[in-house]
Amino acid sequence: MTAATLTRPPASEPALPRPVDVQPVSWTRVLRSEWIKLRSLRSTVITLVLTVLGMVGLAMIAGGAMNSRWVHLDPFDRTPGALTQHLLGVVFLGQLAIGVLGVLFATSEYAHGMIRATLAAVPRRLPVLWAKAVAFAAVAFTVSLAATLASFLAGMAMLGSHGVALGAPGVWRAIIGAAAYLTVVGLMGLGLGFVLRSTAGAISSLFGLLLVLPALVAALPQNWQDHISRYLPMAAGQAVYTLAPEGASMGPWTGFALFCGYAAAAIALAAVSLRYRDA
Amino acid sequence: MIEAEHLSKRYGERMAVDDVSFCVRPGLVTGFLGPNGAGKSTTMRLILGLDRPTSGRVTVNGRAYAEHGAPLAEVGALLEARAVHNGRSARNHLLALAATHGIGVRRVDDVIDLVGLTEVARKRVKTFSLGMGQRLGIAAALLADPATVVLDEPVNGLDPEGVRWIRNLLRGLASEGRTVLVSSHLMSEMALTADHLLIVGRGRVLADVSMAEFMRNASRNIVRVRTPEATRLSGLLAGPDVTVEPVAEAVRGLRVQGVTAEQIGDIACAHGIALHELAAEEVSLEDAFMALTADSVEFRGGAATPDPSRISPEMARSTS
Repeated sequence: MTAATLTRPPASEPALPRPVDVQPVSWTRVLRSEWIKLRSLRSTVITLVLTVLGMVGLAMIAGGAMNSRWVHLDPFDRTPGALTQHLLGVVFLGQLAIGVLGVLFATSEYAHGMIRATLAAVPRRLPVLWAKAVAFAAVAFTVSLAATLASFLAGMAMLGSHGVALGAPGVWRAIIGAAAYLTVVGLMGLGLGFVLRSTAGAISSLFGLLLVLPALVAALPQNWQDHISRYLPMAAGQAVYTLAPEGASMGPWTGFALFCGYAAAAIALAAVSLRYRDA
Repeated sequence: MIEAEHLSKRYGERMAVDDVSFCVRPGLVTGFLGPNGAGKSTTMRLILGLDRPTSGRVTVNGRAYAEHGAPLAEVGALLEARAVHNGRSARNHLLALAATHGIGVRRVDDVIDLVGLTEVARKRVKTFSLGMGQRLGIAAALLADPATVVLDEPVNGLDPEGVRWIRNLLRGLASEGRTVLVSSHLMSEMALTADHLLIVGRGRVLADVSMAEFMRNASRNIVRVRTPEATRLSGLLAGPDVTVEPVAEAVRGLRVQGVTAEQIGDIACAHGIALHELAAEEVSLEDAFMALTADSVEFRGGAATPDPSRISPEMARSTS
């Protein structure tokens, strides 16, 4: 910043030199804008990279540990389904990161006052939510799929001769399903973020629903639990990458559909909140 | 052109904006003036549709802001406090906003250059000073070459050079035929920039008046006289356009309006009246503004209250 550029009098040099090509706001333009926002935060990129590395690392440790304890594993745990599912346990780590990023993609707008600039540019508001959801889902699914696939391959490599091949029954469904589960966790976070507008509040709510709720239900009488547990968000969502179900669980796609329903409810609340509340 | 009709906004118990009607015209810099908490920022948020009015409506170029296809080309706004994610670079911030209106990279670089941020455009906003943040906000406001510019306290945090830059920028925008609405709580700043004043207090319009008229009214001279023969002098000065009132705090003092100090001196001399003091009291624009808004100041310090009798009642609510 030199003094010359600051004090340039607009009279001698017009303030707005060239005619500006301005297009009407459209859905795809808002999507492009949200994509720029998503990729231009260093913290987002770093978080995603660390998440993938963390998941793969954990899968390798898990694979190595199972391999060394192979003779002690009971027969059920040696089945391809159980092995795959054990490695995909790294989704637990992934959901923390993806969930938080989903929340932040909404709440950081409010925390920094950016929402005012965003909504001044898109005063019809709802396209912002749809664009954020689509941009986030695309990134989250791509990264999650890379992470679940890499975790599977790396973990199975550590299992050596006991490893399960990609082509084994249900494996692809579990890998893709786990990535889809992570994506939907993020979307749920995005929705809660728009509803609550506070990072802390939305993160507690998200993980309250996913992680704390099952613990609370576990305090209920057993016959109640049997009716409730499998329909809780995380249990329903995880059905999609479950290959060796223990106890009562929903079918993979009905469970996942229910999980998507929970996320859709969060997004619907977000839409109402965004559309009708003061920014 | 911004038109508000009976615009009101209530937050809980408080009427932040209370039945406000005004019209901000193109080609002029309109100063939006009022003490803190007067409703300036709320009014600006209502103009942009960020808050919805409790009643009434406000339009920009004939339509509600949200009904415009390319709203940023209608109104460019800098709202109070930053509206930028700290972790993003200035350029990426502007690129994201530009993308919503299909505005190209070249224009983004142009406005960055215009506000003098070229060297720091790729730095994260976190590292920016208050003044640099203001400049970035102004760049965002100018991005889509808007017909109307709304700036909330743009000189906050700017150094004197920046203040002058803003002043020239606003004058330039208005001379290009744009509508310029700029808020401030400083009369002194508006005196140098604005053509028209919209003065608010406690959510209501107190005055909607041209700068020239406001100055004419404010500069009404008052002469302070101290003399042992106050009563006799009062009688001699009396006339249809002259008001004479005793000064409460001084013995045998008078405050005279409608006659110049020279004339008073001449009259006193002609009648052999001794004068102990003869002084013209300048009423500054700041005083006039303070007097006008005296009743609507929310948080007041101890002794800074101006004397409301110093300006004439017709100054309040002058017609536009």
